[in-house]
Amino acid sequence: MNKMIKPILLRTLFCCCLLSVTACSSLAIEPWVKPYERQNLADAIMNNNRHPIANMHIAHVYEARESSRGADGTGGGGCGCN
Amino acid sequence: MAQAGAAVVVTNMRWLILFSLLLSYLPYGKITAAVLSPDRVDVLYHSYDGGGMRIDGPAILLRKKTSETLAVSAYYYVDSISSASVDVMSTASPYLEKRKEVQLSLEYLHDKTLMDISVRQSDESDYLAKSINLNISQDTFGDLTNLSVGLAYSDNEIKRNGDEFFAEQSQQYRVRAGISQILTRNLSMSLNFEAVADEGYLNNPYRSVRYIDNSQPAGVGYQSEVYPNTRNSFASKISASYYLPYRAALFVHYRYFSDSWQIDASDIEVSYRHPIADVFEIELKIRHYQQTQASFYSDLFSYRDAQNYLARDKELSEFEDLTLGLALTYLVPKKYSFGDLRSEASLQWDYIKFDYKNFRDPTAGEGIGTEPLYGFSANVIRIFYSLYF
Repeated sequence: MNKMIKPILLRTLFCCCLLSVTACSSLAIEPWVKPYERQNLADAIMNNNRHPIANMHIAHVYEARESSRGADGTGGGGCGCN
Repeated sequence: MAQAGAAVVVTNMRWLILFSLLLSYLPYGKITAAVLSPDRVDVLYHSYDGGGMRIDGPAILLRKKTSETLAVSAYYYVDSISSASVDVMSTASPYLEKRKEVQLSLEYLHDKTLMDISVRQSDESDYLAKSINLNISQDTFGDLTNLSVGLAYSDNEIKRNGDEFFAEQSQQYRVRAGISQILTRNLSMSLNFEAVADEGYLNNPYRSVRYIDNSQPAGVGYQSEVYPNTRNSFASKISASYYLPYRAALFVHYRYFSDSWQIDASDIEVSYRHPIADVFEIELKIRHYQQTQASFYSDLFSYRDAQNYLARDKELSEFEDLTLGLALTYLVPKKYSFGDLRSEASLQWDYIKFDYKNFRDPTAGEGIGTEPLYGFSANVIRIFYSLYF
C-alpha cells in the first residue's frame, strides 16, 4: 500500500502545482464571477469556518474515534486519545 | 527500520521540492486587497458522553490583529477524561485523566498571500505531543481561486502510568495542499489533500489483544498489542458550498482515506444552515462514516503470537458511524453585548451512533468469540460564546 500511496501523493501534488501555475498564468481566461457578483458567497451564513473553535473540537472527536485523518482543514495533531 | 526511515526521508525530500516549486511562484499573483479575519474571542464548553467515556472541559480561542498584515492567536483547551470504555473494562480499571492543549499562531498577510505558523503542545500524564504547523495560501485568478499548501511536524513522547521505565517516541509528518474555486455566484467548491506519515511507537501501551487459550479457566488469554512502526496515509476531500436563493446555505463534504495498514475509509456530510428572524441561525447536519479493518486486526486471535502485528483496537476494526447534528446560534443584539460589540452565543449537539462489524463486547458474558457485536452512541455538546471586536 505504501508503494501505492506515494505515487498517488506525488501525482496529486504535481497536478496541484500544474493546476495552480496554470491558473496564475492563464490570464487570457477572464474570471467569470466578478467581485460585485460575490455578495451571496461573502454572506456570513456561507462561512464554513464561522466557528473555528467548534470545528476544531468536532475534528478532534472524529480523529480520536475513527482511523481516518487529514484533509479536514483543521490541522490535526497528536494526542493519546484512544 | 533503517530502510523505512530512509524511505520516509526520501519521500519528505520530494514533498519539500514540490512545496518549494509551489512557493516559487506564489508572490506573482495579481494584486487586489485581501484582509485578515476580524479580531475575536471564543469561549467554549465541550462535552462528550458515550461508550463509558465522559470527556468535558473548557476551551478558549483569542485572535488579535496587531496591524492590517499581522495577527496573533492563542488557543487553550482542556479534556477532563473519565474512562470506563469497553476495552478498558475488559482488561483494566476505569481511570481519570486530564489533557491540556496550548496552541500559539502567527498569521501574516502579504498582498494576496496569507502565511500562518503555529506551535502546539498537548500534555497528559502519559503522552506529550509537540508540533509545528506552517500553511500558505494565495488568492489568484481574480480572487476566484485560492491555493494552499501546508506542512506539519509533530514529536510525541509516550509513557505508561505505573511503569517509570517505559519511554517511547513517535514522529508525525503532514503535507497538505488544497484548491478552492468559485464556480458561480452561488457555488464554490474545494479540493483538499493531506498525506500523513507516522514513525515510531504507534501502539496504545495499555491495550491488549485476546486469543483462545484453553489452558485458562476462562478459555481466553491476553497479550500486548504489537503495531508496525510506520503508518502512511492519504486523504482527499471534496467540498461544495451553495447559497440558496432565500438566504440559506447548503454544505456537502466527501472524504476518502486510505493508509498503509489497509484501512480504507470514507465519510460524507451534508449540512444546512438557515436564518430565523434575523437573530437566530439553525444548522442541521447528517454525516456517515465507514471504514475497513487494519490488516493486523482481529477480535480474537487463534493462539498467542498468532502473527507479527496484533491489534484489537476497535478504532482499527471494521465499523460505521452516523452523526445527526443540530446547532443553534443566537446573534446577540449589540445593545445586549459587551461594549456594544457584535457577539454570538451557540449551542451545538451531535448524536453519534457507532456500529462495529467485527468487534465483540467481551463484557457481555457469553461464549468466547460469540458475544454480541459492540455498538454505542455518544452525545457531543458544545456551548460557546463568540465576541468580535
